[in-house]
Amino acid sequence: MVAHLVRLKLILTANGLRRNAWVVVGFVVGSLYGLGVLVGCLAALGYVSTQAFELREMTGVLAGAGLVLLWWVVPLVAFGLDATMDPARFAPFPIPRPQLLVGLTLAGLLGVPGVLTLLGALGSTVLWWHEPRAIPAALLGALLAVLTCLLGSRALAGALARVVVRRRVREAGVALVLVPLVLAGPILTRLVPAGYSLKDADVTPLLRVVAWTPLGAAWSLAPDVAEGRWGQAAGRLLVALATVAAAALAWDRSLRRALVEPVRETTKRRDRGLGLFGRVPATPLGAVYARCLTYWVRDPRYALAVVLVPVLPIVFALADPGGRLVVVAAPLSGFLMGWAIAADVAYDGTAFWLHVASPLRGLADRWGRALAAASVTVVVVLTLSVVSAMLSHRLTLLPALVGCGLGMAGCALGVASVASALVVYPVRQPGDSPFSIRQGATLPAFLTQIGGWALVAAFSSPVTVLTSLAVAGHPAAGWAALVVGPVLGGGVLALGAWLGGRLLDRTGPDLLRRLLAMT
Amino acid sequence: MRAATRVTRPGRGGLDPYADAVPDVAPALVLRGLWRRFGAKTAVAGIDLDVPAGSFYGLVGPNGAGKTTTLLMATGLLRPDAGQVWVGGVDLWADPVRGKALLGVLPDGVKLFDRLTGAQLVTYAGLLHGLDRPTATRRADDLLAAVDLVADRDTLVVDYSAGMAKKVSLACALVHAPRLLVLDEPFEAVDPISAANIRDILADYVRGGGTVIVSSHVMDLVQRMCDHVAVIAAGHVLAAGTLDEVRAGATLEDRFVELVGGRTGGEGLAWLRTSSA
Repeated sequence: MVAHLVRLKLILTANGLRRNAWVVVGFVVGSLYGLGVLVGCLAALGYVSTQAFELREMTGVLAGAGLVLLWWVVPLVAFGLDATMDPARFAPFPIPRPQLLVGLTLAGLLGVPGVLTLLGALGSTVLWWHEPRAIPAALLGALLAVLTCLLGSRALAGALARVVVRRRVREAGVALVLVPLVLAGPILTRLVPAGYSLKDADVTPLLRVVAWTPLGAAWSLAPDVAEGRWGQAAGRLLVALATVAAAALAWDRSLRRALVEPVRETTKRRDRGLGLFGRVPATPLGAVYARCLTYWVRDPRYALAVVLVPVLPIVFALADPGGRLVVVAAPLSGFLMGWAIAADVAYDGTAFWLHVASPLRGLADRWGRALAAASVTVVVVLTLSVVSAMLSHRLTLLPALVGCGLGMAGCALGVASVASALVVYPVRQPGDSPFSIRQGATLPAFLTQIGGWALVAAFSSPVTVLTSLAVAGHPAAGWAALVVGPVLGGGVLALGAWLGGRLLDRTGPDLLRRLLAMT
Repeated sequence: MRAATRVTRPGRGGLDPYADAVPDVAPALVLRGLWRRFGAKTAVAGIDLDVPAGSFYGLVGPNGAGKTTTLLMATGLLRPDAGQVWVGGVDLWADPVRGKALLGVLPDGVKLFDRLTGAQLVTYAGLLHGLDRPTATRRADDLLAAVDLVADRDTLVVDYSAGMAKKVSLACALVHAPRLLVLDEPFEAVDPISAANIRDILADYVRGGGTVIVSSHVMDLVQRMCDHVAVIAAGHVLAAGTLDEVRAGATLEDRFVELVGGRTGGEGLAWLRTSSA
C-alpha cells in the first residue's frame, strides 16, 4: 500500500507535467533553482567542515533548526501545503491508517523541496568527517530531522486548518495566525540590540537552548557524539524521537478526523434582504459593484487583504522606528489593494459564467470591479496616509502621501483591469483550506505579476517622483502630488477599464474555458 | 433537407402535424456545423440542430457525448472552433449582447457566486440583464417561492445543498423572462417534489410561448416532458425531430440503445457474486 501511494504521487506529478507545458517550465526552473541552493549550501558546509568544532556545531545545529522552522512555517504563510495527496481523498478506501501515514509521508518527500531537504540533510554529515564516530549519529540525526520537517508541517497545518475553519469569524482567525507571523521578523530585529553582528556575537546561549528544542535536537546528535558527550546525546536523541512521535501522533489524529469529518465550515450564514443590491443604482454596473463590494467583505480571500494591510505601517514603523520607511505604507497599500483585482476573474472561478451568459458589456464589468476595489482602497489609503504621517512626525507630508496613494491605486486598478481580462491562473477557491495550494501556479501568472507591476511603476512614476521630492523636503512637490496623483490615477483607471472592457467583450468565453479547465 | 422529413408517410395518413408548422415560425435556436476540439479530442464534430420556437426539446446522449459542450457553445459560454449559432434569428457569436438577452442558461458543473444569499443572487442575475430594481426584486421573490426556497432566501448559497443550488440557478435563468431556456441536467440532485414543481414551471413557460432545451440521461423524464428530442453520441446528432419521429414506435430508451449501441449484457463479472468471495 505504501508503494502504491508513492507511485500515485509520482504518477500525479508526471500527469500534472503532461497537462501544461508551462508547468514543466515552472518545474524545471524550480528544480534548477533548488539545485543551485543545494549546491551552494553543500559548498558552504564543505568550507565550514574545515573549521573549528565550535563553528561546525553552531552551523549544523542552527542552520538545521532554521530549515525545520522553514518547513513548519512557510506552508502556513506563503505557499501552502501541496494538496496533490490530500488525505481526505483517501477517505473512501479501506487503507489502514498507519500505512496511509507512512505512504503520505514518503510521498511528501517526493517533491522538489522534499528531495532537496533530504539531500541537504544527508550532505550535512560532511561537517563531521574529522570525527568518523559521529557520522552514523549525523546520518541518524539527518533522517530524524527530515521526518520532523515532513511530519511537523503536516501536523501543524492539520491542527491549524481545523482551528481556522472552525472559527465563527474565519477571517479574524486567519488574521490571528498570520499577523503575528508577519510581525515576527520586525519584532525580532527590534529585540536584537543595535550594532549586533554575527561575527562578534556569542550565540552559545542560543545554541544551548535550540539544541534541546524539537527544532535542533536531531542536529545536535552528531556534535555530542563527536565530543563524547554521551549523556547529552542520549537526551537529545530522546527529544528528537519524541518530536517525531508527537508530530506523527498529532498528524494521525488530524488525519483520523479529516477522514471521517472533512474540514468545512459549519456555521450557516445569513444576510437579511438585498444588502448592497438594494442601495446601488439598478444598472448592470451597479450590480457588479454591489456584488464585488459584498465579496470584499464576505470572501476571506479579499477580507484577508483588508485585514493585513493596516499591519503594514506597524511593520515599517517597527523595522525603522522614527525613520522614513513608514511613509511607504499608504502608497504601497494603494498599490497592493488596487492590484488585487488582477486576480478578480480568477477568484470568481467558474461562477464567472453568469457574467459571460448575461448581456453584460465588458466596460460595466470592469468599472464595477474597479469601483468596488477603489471604495475600499480609498478609505485605507486616506487612513494610512494620516497614520504614517503621524508616525513619522511629518504631517507636512500628508498631501504627498494622499496623492501618491491614490495615484498608485488608480494606476494599479487600471493595469489590473486589463491584466485580468487577459490572464486567469489557479487561485485558492473560497471553500479551500486556508493552507492548501492549487496545483500549477504557472509562469503566465508570474509574468503577469512582473509585467503588471512594471507597468504600474512606469505609469505612476510622475507622482512617485513628486512624492520623493516632498519626502526629501520640498513641500510644494507634495501639493503637486496631491493634484497629479488622483488625476493620473483616474486617467490610467479610465483607460484601463476601457481597454480591459473591450478585451473582455472578446475574451470572456475564453477566460471561462480556462477557468473550467482548472477545476 | 427539409423535403426529406416531409415525405408523406403512408402509415400516418400523410398528416405530419409539424411539417407545415415549422417554417412559419423562426426557430428559437439554430445550430449549423458546430465543431469543438479539446486538444486531441473532438468533443463536438459538426452538429446541426433546429429547435422550433415553442418546443420542449430534449437532448439525450451517453456520458461524454458532447451534450454539455454543445449547450455551452449554443449559449455563448464556449467559443466554437467552427460553426454558427442563431438565437431567435440573432447570430449569437457575432452579436453576443443581443443574443444573450434572449437566453436563459443553467450550465452544469459550474459554481455560483456563492457568497451571496439566494435572494441576492437571483436579483444580481436580474440586474445584470438590465431589469430595474422593483422588477428584479419582485421576480426574485416570485421565483424563490416557485422553486420552494423562500425559507432559505437569506442563507448564503455556499450553504445550499446541490439540489438547492440547481433550483436557485434555475431561478437565475428565468428572472429576465428569456425567450429560450437552455438547461443542462436541470434535475440532477433535485428531489422528486421539487422536480415535479420545476416540470410544471417549465411546462407553463412553454405553453406561454417559451422554448426549452434540456439535456438529460433520464430517458423516461425526457419522454414524458419533451415534444422534440435529439440523440447525440460522440459529437454527432444521430437522430432529431419530434419525439414520435425519433422513437419510431418504440420507447425512447430502446430506440436510444439501438441508435447508440454499446450494451454489454452484464456478463463477465462473475466474481461480483458475493458467494465467490
